[in-house]
Amino acid sequence: MITLSHYIVLGAVLFCIAVAGLFINRKNVIVLLMSIELMLLAVNMNFVAFSSFLGDVSGQVFVFFILTVAAAEAAIGLAILVLLFRNRSTINIADIDSMKG
Amino acid sequence: MNPQLFQLICFYAFGFVTVAAALSVITLKNTVHAVLALVLTFFSAACLWMLLDAEFLALALIVVYVGAVMVLFLFVVMMLDLDQEKLREGFVKFLPIGLIVAAAMLVEMLGLIGVRAMHTQVMGADPAATAGTSNTAWLGHALYTQYLLPFEVAALILTVGVVAAVALTLRQRGDARYESASQQVKVSPRDRVRIVKMAAERPVDETPAPPQESKS
Amino acid sequence: MGLSTSILLTIALAPLVGCVLAGFLGKFLGRAGSHTVTILGVAISCALSFYVLYQLTLGGAETYNQNIYTWFQIGHFNASVGFLVDRLTAMMLVVVSFVSLLVHVYTIGYMADDDGYKRFFSYISLFTFSMFMLVMSNNFMQLFFGWEAVGLVSYLLIGFWYKRPTAIFANLKAFLVNRVGDFGFLLGIAAVLYFLGTLDYATAFDSAPSLIGKTLQITAGTQWDAATVICICLFIGAMGKSAQVPLHVWLPDSMEGPTPISALIHAATMVTAGIFMVARMSPLFELSQSALSFVMVIGATTALFTGLIGIVQNDIKRVVAYSTLSQLGYMTVALGVSAYSGAVYHLMTHAFFKALLFLGAGSVIIAMHHEQDMRYMGGLRKYMPITWITMWIGSLALCGVPFFSGFYSKDAIIEAVGESHRWGSHYAYFCVMAGALVTSLYTFRQMYLTFHGKERFTVVAHHGHAHHDAHDDHHDDHGHHEPGVLEHAPKESPWVVTLPLVLLAIPSLLVGFFTVGPMLFGGWFGSAIHVDEANNVLGELGQKFHGSLSMALHGFSLIGPFGLVLLAFVIQTYIYLFNPSMADKIKSALKPLWTVLDRKYWVDDVYFAVFARGGLKLGRLFWKAGDTAVIDDTMVNGSVSLIHRVAAMTRRLQSGYLYHYAFAMILGLILLLGGYWFFGSGLIGSGLVGQ
Repeated sequence: MITLSHYIVLGAVLFCIAVAGLFINRKNVIVLLMSIELMLLAVNMNFVAFSSFLGDVSGQVFVFFILTVAAAEAAIGLAILVLLFRNRSTINIADIDSMKG
Repeated sequence: MNPQLFQLICFYAFGFVTVAAALSVITLKNTVHAVLALVLTFFSAACLWMLLDAEFLALALIVVYVGAVMVLFLFVVMMLDLDQEKLREGFVKFLPIGLIVAAAMLVEMLGLIGVRAMHTQVMGADPAATAGTSNTAWLGHALYTQYLLPFEVAALILTVGVVAAVALTLRQRGDARYESASQQVKVSPRDRVRIVKMAAERPVDETPAPPQESKS
Repeated sequence: MGLSTSILLTIALAPLVGCVLAGFLGKFLGRAGSHTVTILGVAISCALSFYVLYQLTLGGAETYNQNIYTWFQIGHFNASVGFLVDRLTAMMLVVVSFVSLLVHVYTIGYMADDDGYKRFFSYISLFTFSMFMLVMSNNFMQLFFGWEAVGLVSYLLIGFWYKRPTAIFANLKAFLVNRVGDFGFLLGIAAVLYFLGTLDYATAFDSAPSLIGKTLQITAGTQWDAATVICICLFIGAMGKSAQVPLHVWLPDSMEGPTPISALIHAATMVTAGIFMVARMSPLFELSQSALSFVMVIGATTALFTGLIGIVQNDIKRVVAYSTLSQLGYMTVALGVSAYSGAVYHLMTHAFFKALLFLGAGSVIIAMHHEQDMRYMGGLRKYMPITWITMWIGSLALCGVPFFSGFYSKDAIIEAVGESHRWGSHYAYFCVMAGALVTSLYTFRQMYLTFHGKERFTVVAHHGHAHHDAHDDHHDDHGHHEPGVLEHAPKESPWVVTLPLVLLAIPSLLVGFFTVGPMLFGGWFGSAIHVDEANNVLGELGQKFHGSLSMALHGFSLIGPFGLVLLAFVIQTYIYLFNPSMADKIKSALKPLWTVLDRKYWVDDVYFAVFARGGLKLGRLFWKAGDTAVIDDTMVNGSVSLIHRVAAMTRRLQSGYLYHYAFAMILGLILLLGGYWFFGSGLIGSGLVGQ
């Protein structure tokens, strides 16, 4: 019998994996972006689960919007990445510190 | 076989695949492999959503993410000439702290969720079915009535995303040569050639006229 | 018949016009133009002052008391400019304008070669204006304005030769010492406003009896009589302005100023402002026996002990300066025994003969080419007979020889002190009696050293060229020439110098004889001066008064001040005319006493060590500890460097690396979740999760 907690725990695990991914892949922007996608997935997982559990459509509508925005974000993020690589010949985040105080 | 038990087995199976794929995303050396692992994650997550009777979103996840976004990722990864080894630097160094942070967070989250309440909140029946429609119709109805304005805004955001992505990556290379067909067509002979009349001999006592300039 | 406002305004403003013209337009007017306009201004004032006096005395005019202009009004408090002209004011107007006019004329001769000629005339006219405002005011505010204005001009004129360090030192000293007095004065005025609710004389004096029984808590647990506090505060102001012990130290130093100034400001008029003020405030002072005792003791101390210093001074101007201090002490004593008329009367006679003495001393100084040391004078009577005679008149008046004006005022004061039964009057009586002896001692010594005996200077003839040089920069060459060596023989001063001497000698000789009856005993001042019946010592004396002639004849009695004068005359005549070596012998015999006097009781040294040094040290402490350490280093630079340091620290947080920011976010998330976990049961209890 699947319970709500199953999905929520799964979402938590996914989220923590994404967090760990942010930490251990400090250099690779692509993997960082993918980690963010993972986080969004974890959040979406919760939304869908709650929506089904409560019988409320709003959760799924929200997921729909998140997917939309995430797609746009991924497109722009990758565009920036391409631009970055074109100018610097690297996507190593350790080299990008012009915002340093 | 008990359908509920089957559902549970399916959940664990897909959940296991999801988690395993997610772990591969963050640990695989090759970025292309990592992207493919992410595709797998999304795929199995879509299957899990199917179990929740959220068919539309599950399919949208596959179509939008796996079909568009992840392909975009793949394109970019392959387009860029990446030094994989360099990007892996510090992986081992940051592994412990990453794990600690992740573990701490997981513990906290699980504590908040309350693991002991695991078996009390059974998922109910499919709400769409209860409402007498399919999941897609249920969601579509909400989107086009209650959430019409946000829906339009989302469309606008996507447009902006497209424009931004194009604007960011479009460039005129200074070292490339382009032909301008319209300019070539517009040229008239008068602009290129000028016929000048002049005496056969040079007048003797005359102040030298200003030299004829030819526009070329 | 009343006095017209326009006349009074003209009296006050004519010198101001002269001052402005000479001060701002001096360039166009030139020297002659400058002295003409200022003298004209003062002459107009002088003539009108005499007219006002005439109207008030013989013309039957009534006291004038009106506000002319309202400066500002706050609630019930009204600050206005107004005139109160009664006989007291009229007398002061006449004295001030007369002496001022003569000093103006005298200055033409004295300052003839000075570069600051026009500036000088502008200043003394400004002084005259200020003094008029002071004596004519009908409220405390205007009094204070005049009070400060004369102080300012005094400061400017003491430092008139502003390139001389000693002059700058002296004017700063005068200014600072006067600040002490003025602080007390201001407190007194504030107390008047606090208790009586008004600064207008008439209103304040009318309601003065309401002060009886009121007390003021200055320090915890002690109640002070309000009238006493007010009067002592006001008198502290008078102590500063009229140079009473212990605020007397500025007056001798003020002799750094040009001699006409010493005559006008530091002898005849400004320093008597304190006396005038106390006399004007007599309705207040009459309320407090303790304050009057205080006044009397201070005055008596000043009268005797500053006079003693005069005996050992060698500078001709300083002798006169100490004598001024001593005479101011007499006036103060008279105030202290409620003989206000006596004080004011002495003020008047003193103004004439002291101005005369100063101007005479100035004349001598001109003749001696700005040599002021009496040890290098002597025998001058042959060279400058007018100066000699007029100065003798002044000196005899100062000593109080009968028939001279000084006799009437001084004798009256001594008698009044003798009649008084106020606490401390025995001490005061002793002081004024001894003071009479001391006065005569230094006066005769000064006269003998200057005009009699052998000539202690030599005349070295020089060529005309050197003569001119010496003349051109004669104010700056004090240190240059040999003491006692003159380029040419001393000669009588020009008429602009001797005319004032003569004009001052006449009142010094005669004014007492003709005015003592009405002014001192006849209640001439009327309502201007208020004396309680119980304190009316002059009234008691008046019963014994049978005309000025008999008073003078009575004054020849050997048991009394005249005996002391005679004693002094004999001593000094013997010492300085017949046995000049005696002076040194006495000096060496009384060496310790002489040192005490020569060091002026070390008052200056103590002030310098305590206040000047202490102030400097305190200032340095505040500068180092307060300003530099606390404000500059800690607060200003400290806050800057704190921000700098904090910024340097937080700047390091801004590494620019994305993962650092991500880490910070995650950390925040962990903390947030932890917070929920430990404290926030709300989320779980809501039934949405958990349970």
